[in-house]
Amino acid sequence: MMKFSAFRILKEGLPGNKGWTPHWRNPDPKPAYDAIIIGGGGHGLSTAYYLAKNHGFTNIAVLEKGWLGGGNIGRNTTIVRANYFLPGNSEFYSHSLKLWENLEQELNYNAMLSQRGILSLLHSDGQFYTAARRGNSMLIQGDDARLIHRDELREMVPYLDYEQSRFPIKGALFHPRGGTARHDAVAWGYARGADQRGVDLIQNCEVTGIDIENGKVTGVQTTRGTIKAPKVAIVVAGRSSQVAAMAGMRLPIETHVLQAFVTEGLKPIVDHVISFGMGHFYISQSDKGGLVFGGDLDFYASYAQRGNLPTVEEVMRAGMTLMPALGKAKVLRSWGGVMDMSADGSPVIDKTQTKGLFLNCGWCYGGFKAVPASGVATAHLMATGRHHQMADMYRLDRFQTGYRLMDEEASGSQHNLH
Amino acid sequence: MRIRCPLCGERDRREYYYQGDALALNRPDADTSDHEWDDYVHNRINPVGQTRDLWQHSGGCGAWLIVSRDTVSHEVFSVELAKARQEGTQ
Repeated sequence: MMKFSAFRILKEGLPGNKGWTPHWRNPDPKPAYDAIIIGGGGHGLSTAYYLAKNHGFTNIAVLEKGWLGGGNIGRNTTIVRANYFLPGNSEFYSHSLKLWENLEQELNYNAMLSQRGILSLLHSDGQFYTAARRGNSMLIQGDDARLIHRDELREMVPYLDYEQSRFPIKGALFHPRGGTARHDAVAWGYARGADQRGVDLIQNCEVTGIDIENGKVTGVQTTRGTIKAPKVAIVVAGRSSQVAAMAGMRLPIETHVLQAFVTEGLKPIVDHVISFGMGHFYISQSDKGGLVFGGDLDFYASYAQRGNLPTVEEVMRAGMTLMPALGKAKVLRSWGGVMDMSADGSPVIDKTQTKGLFLNCGWCYGGFKAVPASGVATAHLMATGRHHQMADMYRLDRFQTGYRLMDEEASGSQHNLH
Repeated sequence: MRIRCPLCGERDRREYYYQGDALALNRPDADTSDHEWDDYVHNRINPVGQTRDLWQHSGGCGAWLIVSRDTVSHEVFSVELAKARQEGTQ
């Protein structure tokens, strides 16, 4: 299998780049595997990769109804960070960021990780206190955080409107190790790594049923025939409710649409990721030069992969409030993705009542940064039957017991509030 | 998306507050099991296609509405007053 390096680029470039080969095979499904992962997105592919790499499972398949990386991994705003506060989330995202930092070496694939730093803007004394508390919690977790006051912030990001009447900017919580990565490359890198270890990545293969006998999973029905396996994981993000229903489950998930936007390519201006929480707005600049920004959910259940105009208007308004120069840029595209919104805003990586059937869902609008750790944790659970320490609290039964609900935004554990 | 309020007529989506699945109208008895409360508070069918959910015309008359609509096309099929439905079933 081809190894990428600077030397290789030179060697392939000289004869006109005619020697490159596909990054993974395109196999037909076998009648049976040791494990099946439903969903060939970021989380599914990383689960397959770590099952093969960490646990020696190589006779496994990823079943994808469309093409690899065609869902939310291909349509997000690419932010990676470890600035969570609550126990349960804090250690998980901390672990994930460490995996991000070694991902390119691990996969021998350019994921274009750029730790440009995340600035979460603050507007009042009260917010400073809260941010100090969050920052301390991040430091205790072993990550980095620093409170920045207005003068220093102004030198870092002079183009914001500091005097706006509604939310004058007083400072920020800075998370230097946060940043962005090339979203598609993450999916492709994991796909290639899994394929190299013998994992069958099967595209255009929609799961239409889950076979269960005596409370134990035995395989799946697909548009390409029956495939047997003693272990099956559902890793399908916005479509979790439909696939789980095939196993008779109803999940604490409501699917919502989240929109994002990109402008034409511009010269470098936004060097960080800037999060304007009070305006439900965030922005960064891609390596191609486009300003990538987004806002809040459209806030009603939807599978449309496109949003409505009121949210477009709201996001643009927030962007103009924060950064008036944005008005000079032309928006090239907007798009929507469907989010598996859990009732408390935190994810689930757990077993189910059906033996051998595992569940990975509830990533809300934050699934991208979780991709590496989610794969490690889901693979660990599937292989050993035990929860990985850093994902130990992502239990499904927290909704029924009310114990350790993880409402990071403190807005209430209710579907329409996240 | 535009929703036709039975009292005020067709209005922009911005006038409405979205609550969620109309299952919220079927509150279980206080002494029912944890499992049933979990189903009521958290667990959802979350359908692709036709759904029934609760909206409040918060920017208008304030009435709670049962809206039947499509989660893929965003087409609105019908809107009725939650109050009328509640009284009708009693």
